[in-house]
Amino acid sequence: MIMVNLGSDEIIKYPFLDEAGKYLSDKGFSLEDFATNADLNKIVENAFERIITAVDGRIYKSELASNNSSTNEIFSFLIAVILLKLTGMNTLTRRFSLAEARRAEKFLEKDLKNQQDPRNAKLSLQILQELFSVTIQKEDEYFIIPISDYLSHSVNFHEREWKLINRKVLHGQVQLTSHETVRLVRKELDRYIFSKINSSSSPQMIQGFEPYVTKLKSLAKKFEVKTVESTEYPPCVKHAIEVLEKGENLAHSGRFLLATFLLNKGQTVEQIAPLFKNAPDYNEKVTLYQLNQLSGTSGTTQYKCPSCEKVKSQDLCFPIPACDPIINPIQFGRKRV
Amino acid sequence: MNVKDVMLLEDTFKKFYFEHFELLHVPENPELREFGFQKFNGGMNRHITLKSDKELHLLLMQNKPSDVYCSNACYRFPNLPMTEKDWLNGDLIFDIDAKDLRKTHPVKNSVIKCSDCNQISNLSGSCPNCQSTKLAVITLTCSDCIKSTKDEVKKLIQILTDDLGINPQSIEIFFSGNEGFHIYAPKSKYQEIGSKERAEISDYIMFRGAIPETFGFKRFNSNKSTLPKFEDDGWNGKLAKQLYGTKSNRSKSLQEVISGGYGLFQKRLEQFRDTIGIKIDPNVTNDIHRIFRLPGSINSKSGLTKIFVDDLEKFDPYTDACYIDDEKINVKVNCPITFTLKNKKFGPYKNEIVSLPKFAAIYLICKGIASTT
Repeated sequence: MIMVNLGSDEIIKYPFLDEAGKYLSDKGFSLEDFATNADLNKIVENAFERIITAVDGRIYKSELASNNSSTNEIFSFLIAVILLKLTGMNTLTRRFSLAEARRAEKFLEKDLKNQQDPRNAKLSLQILQELFSVTIQKEDEYFIIPISDYLSHSVNFHEREWKLINRKVLHGQVQLTSHETVRLVRKELDRYIFSKINSSSSPQMIQGFEPYVTKLKSLAKKFEVKTVESTEYPPCVKHAIEVLEKGENLAHSGRFLLATFLLNKGQTVEQIAPLFKNAPDYNEKVTLYQLNQLSGTSGTTQYKCPSCEKVKSQDLCFPIPACDPIINPIQFGRKRV
Repeated sequence: MNVKDVMLLEDTFKKFYFEHFELLHVPENPELREFGFQKFNGGMNRHITLKSDKELHLLLMQNKPSDVYCSNACYRFPNLPMTEKDWLNGDLIFDIDAKDLRKTHPVKNSVIKCSDCNQISNLSGSCPNCQSTKLAVITLTCSDCIKSTKDEVKKLIQILTDDLGINPQSIEIFFSGNEGFHIYAPKSKYQEIGSKERAEISDYIMFRGAIPETFGFKRFNSNKSTLPKFEDDGWNGKLAKQLYGTKSNRSKSLQEVISGGYGLFQKRLEQFRDTIGIKIDPNVTNDIHRIFRLPGSINSKSGLTKIFVDDLEKFDPYTDACYIDDEKINVKVNCPITFTLKNKKFGPYKNEIVSLPKFAAIYLICKGIASTT
């Protein structure tokens, strides 16, 4: 729980904080009131709009002006959550939490920059510290955070600019702009909002909410994704097979890649084992033991195919244009239809 | 390895352990560590817990291991299978090995052993006996190799302290027992980070994955003012030295760098990996479940001891880490080159039986080029 006494302006910015739920109960409204009261019904419409905006990939605009609109705005978030729970379609909740995260991100960045206002500054630093365990200090126009805090978030990014080598690093700290600081927690912010929505209890259907829920359900169907997959192997796997076919030595990491790739594609240990027959140090017993370990038959873990980044770092990646959109060899040749 | 050699090594190693218990200690929090050992010609025994030096010494006496290991990580249940161990934290560790530093094998210090006919010969692309190309290169004592690994260790320590903010007093250097050094940074602020995060640290240290934008080079309209300067901290400063050479050369080099374009700059960054990147073995640093050679134990690849290095500059592994006695024993040796141990020069030997001090005989047996039979 954030230990700052939040006013409605702060709750508007960060309606996913626990304080927002409290706000609803403090105002003394029940969910039924929103369906029956004409004034409150407008809020349900706003909530619906808020979801539609998010689903369209846009960010819901805030009105921080009047007292009345701030109440509407907080409620529209809370009612949107209720509508999503009633709809029960994960794809909508995912899009909604991402858009809400992007929205909050903007406020967070502004508050972080605006260190003259101690209340906002404290809140933004506290959100980053308490929700995402990032300790931040301001240094000139930059923000510095401990490398270990930085890494625990940045490792989830695939863009090379987030690699530690591409950051200004000094005395155990990483230097970031306010934009980068907030960008660092985007995924977690999204995940945080998503899990808050997911873990909140599902209400019974409320009369008056039904038409919105029906519309949302049909909207969600549009996002069902079908994929087709080609049977061609990615170049890194082809390379590994070629090396073995030539009887050359394939590094342990290459063998791991080949075996986990094929196992994940559904091949059996018996189907894969003969591939290693040409290896200079081939030993049938050892090969079968290791394949069984990787497949999880002898242990408890089934090993996953290493990521493209890992494969690249092991000098086993030979990318072709078809590799551009993938982050794991297993995704090679997968297309949406 | 034949039975007679194994017996000799087992007895010699056991004697060393018995006489040097003072070198062998369990690390801090032993009850949270995983220990492991290997026997000659045997597999790995791991998931072992030891609570005290006494238990460690007992294990050494009872099992006569070829190699002894201990996790850099702490677990709640270190003796359970990997998935149930419950990883708590792990010291940051680095391995710098001569084999990763050299581009070619040192001719004077290396021999080849043919995997087909077992012939040992001077360094060559194929076996002079059977022309096979299945060869293992064996490097014997090489002072130049040790010097370059020491230089690499110094560069690593500078990055660990200046960039990563690790207290230099807490960094411990050990000779690995063969051809390199193991560097520990225990109790650092990186104690609890996982494997992916450690991989990022490895890449940083190795200068891997750098992009031109990081050094102020944009795809379009790059200008001199944003490129690295000599006085810059971190990699920027190091890169400036590499890019421009001297301060007086900076202006001219800057123009060349800019006119070369983005693609060329990216290429040069990749090449700098080999020149300015520190050559650590990333697998060691990134693996948070590794059992790592126990300080004070003998490395069976050489018969030398993994030992704490107090003064890196003065340290000479071929005397300071060679603990085996000089009792004379007869061994059959095929070693076409010379090597130096405990300041004594040995070899070359042409497939002959020679009487050698035990430390030299054990060294050659461990290297696979001598035998008692």
